[in-house]
Amino acid sequence: MAVCIAVIAKENYPLYIRSTPMENELKFHYMVHTSLDVVDEKISAMGKALVDQRELYLGLLYPTEDYKVYGYVTNSKVKFVMVVDSSNTALRDNEIRSMFRKLHNSYTDVMCNPFYNPGDRIQSRVFDNMVTSMMIQVC
Amino acid sequence: MEAAAGGGCGSGPSLLLSDGEQQCYSELFARCVGAASGGQGPGPAEAARVASGTASAAAGPVADLFRASQLPAETLHQITELCGAKRVGYFGPTQFYVALKLIAAAQSGLPVRIESIKCELPLPRFMMSKNDGEMRFGNPAELHGSKVQIPYLTTEKNSFKRMDDEEKQETQSPTMSPLASPPSSPPHYQRVPLSHGYSKLRSSMEQMHPVPYEGRQPLVQPEGTSFGVSGAKPLRHQASLIRSFSVERELQDNNSNYPDEPWRITEEQREYYINQFRSLQPDPSSFISGSVAKNFFTKSKLSIPELSYIWELSDADCDGALTLPEFCAAFHLIVARKNGYPLPEGLPPTLQPEYLQAAFPKPKWECALFDSYSESMLTNQQACDLNGMEKTSVKDMADFPAPTQDVTGDDKQALKSTLTEALPKDVPEDPATPKDSNSLKARPRSRSYSSTSIEEAMKRGEDPPTPPPRPQKTHSRASSLDLNKVFQPSVPATKSGLLPPPPALPPRPCPSQPEQVSEAELPPQLNRAPSQAAESSPAKKDVSYSQPPSKPIRRKFRPENQSTESQEPSTAVGGPASGATVKPHPTVQKQSSKQKKAIQTAIRKNKEANAVLARLNSELQQQLKEVHQERIALENQLEQLRPVTVL
Repeated sequence: MAVCIAVIAKENYPLYIRSTPMENELKFHYMVHTSLDVVDEKISAMGKALVDQRELYLGLLYPTEDYKVYGYVTNSKVKFVMVVDSSNTALRDNEIRSMFRKLHNSYTDVMCNPFYNPGDRIQSRVFDNMVTSMMIQVC
Repeated sequence: MEAAAGGGCGSGPSLLLSDGEQQCYSELFARCVGAASGGQGPGPAEAARVASGTASAAAGPVADLFRASQLPAETLHQITELCGAKRVGYFGPTQFYVALKLIAAAQSGLPVRIESIKCELPLPRFMMSKNDGEMRFGNPAELHGSKVQIPYLTTEKNSFKRMDDEEKQETQSPTMSPLASPPSSPPHYQRVPLSHGYSKLRSSMEQMHPVPYEGRQPLVQPEGTSFGVSGAKPLRHQASLIRSFSVERELQDNNSNYPDEPWRITEEQREYYINQFRSLQPDPSSFISGSVAKNFFTKSKLSIPELSYIWELSDADCDGALTLPEFCAAFHLIVARKNGYPLPEGLPPTLQPEYLQAAFPKPKWECALFDSYSESMLTNQQACDLNGMEKTSVKDMADFPAPTQDVTGDDKQALKSTLTEALPKDVPEDPATPKDSNSLKARPRSRSYSSTSIEEAMKRGEDPPTPPPRPQKTHSRASSLDLNKVFQPSVPATKSGLLPPPPALPPRPCPSQPEQVSEAELPPQLNRAPSQAAESSPAKKDVSYSQPPSKPIRRKFRPENQSTESQEPSTAVGGPASGATVKPHPTVQKQSSKQKKAIQTAIRKNKEANAVLARLNSELQQQLKEVHQERIALENQLEQLRPVTVL
């Protein structure tokens, strides 16, 4: 279950970040922030020349004792970071991938909205609902 | 009814009413229902002729009635919620009666609670502020005054005057006296058969709608100009509503009590939307791109987040473009939002693209409108959309042959070409002609006269700075004299050009072509400054939007060339095209206006290009940074390796 989902812009500022409210949100924000370094490292490691073949799904960025952090980056260097609860061991890699795919699709829909300027915070209700469903259901 | 014995043992939601109450309520309900159904025959309260077939009162008349009770809007809200109309989405007999009792309770000073209606209450009082319709409600014996004067008619000149006799058509005196003295409705009204009264009731109710709100404002805005065009159509609530919106006044939730109603698109609205669509995209079966739609909807002056949300709702396939049904849904949501309706959580079923496509065939531009109106009248009852103005208008249309007298505010009708054509008969020549032309012209652009004032308002929003009564040609954004001059000729030109966009314009309405055409019409059009100016400016914008990409390029050239070049080709084209006799003279004016327009178009385009380029620039710079870093890394490596190789 995703306890925190964040969308980070290319310039590494958050476009959207949301956590389950029961926890200390600041902790999640910090985790996401630190995970950005890992994301950058993975991106650069994948090879600058192989951008086309670069896998969008980055996989497990780093695990902590309570949480695992997964990353996903789009071709426009927009990053999705997801923090999941380690106690939910049933979550498999495929499921995480599908979650990221859904995120990516929703993000694309948000982009299609002409009233959305790239770089703005994402305020789409549809996107919110989708994230909520992921945070609840995947749990 | 008021005179009738006060409420006997009124009871609560179980609707145990006293005889007097029963009688009064049932009559009121019947009126509301009848009004909704277009006054087709009297009927018991249950015999609602609502298209849905359920015995429910239309939102419009009921809202009017509630408003006539002179309770604050919040109270009315509460009442509506309590009586269950919000829950079920319509005003059935039960809800209606409960609401009436609550109104009586509120008027008696009791809190609006379910318990309040358990006690004995006098009958609710409905004041007649300005409308006859209100009076109707107030007097048990009240007559369905056929003449309902809409005092508030500000811009529209919709003084809606109902004939005393059994005319169903309300004849609107062209003079709109804001807050005109309440028509001596009570005396005028005669008890007319319910069926007859229903139509009037509807009209009056519609009038009532805007009255409280409209009257306050002069409504001289551009809407008025646009509205005035249509002429005598009784100012439907919609018209007034539209005006109010253009005034950027939020009508109190006219229809907020009817959750379902606002989400239905009436025929007139549909026509309007389709016209607007055509103005943006001549081919009704293709898309409007995101940027075009964005610019268009931005004119509605709603906030960007709201527009963004509306887009989310309406763009069902999330492709960044709007097809016709999607566009209609989006437009309708905007109109509803401007009317004060909160945006729904999800796209209402009546706005789904499939539903819209199935429900509405291609718009009929021509006289077939009458048929559509009559049927839309029925459907309108459900869709108290925007204060049931459509209904009224539809009804009016149906009754149109009768009306004759002054067709004043025909906002809605203005939308439909046929309507406007039909109207002229009834409309006095002078007002009619310019109005018709204006409405016709306006149709593609801003439909102020059209069914929804909101739309007009929206269109008006195109030129916020424009003074409401557009002087002949002075372009709305008359910041500089040059622009005015430039625009002057082009404005009328545009308008005339807009007139025939669907039928007459060649594949793409060339900027020059419309201007050329307009050239010929310039002289007459110049005379009709106000509406035209308003229309032309929005029209121009619409025209510009509808132009294919090639056009923008062409327009760009215009500003570059400024007067001469653009003029030359346009004149050249215009020569053969329009063969305007007044070419030399109007040409000059046209050129200036064309230049102005061209300049503005160019400015707009340049701004957009700027934004795009800025974005591109930032991205490229980012890439540049990355490349720099790579280069540095490589150089470092080289440095490290060099000593080895060199040595």
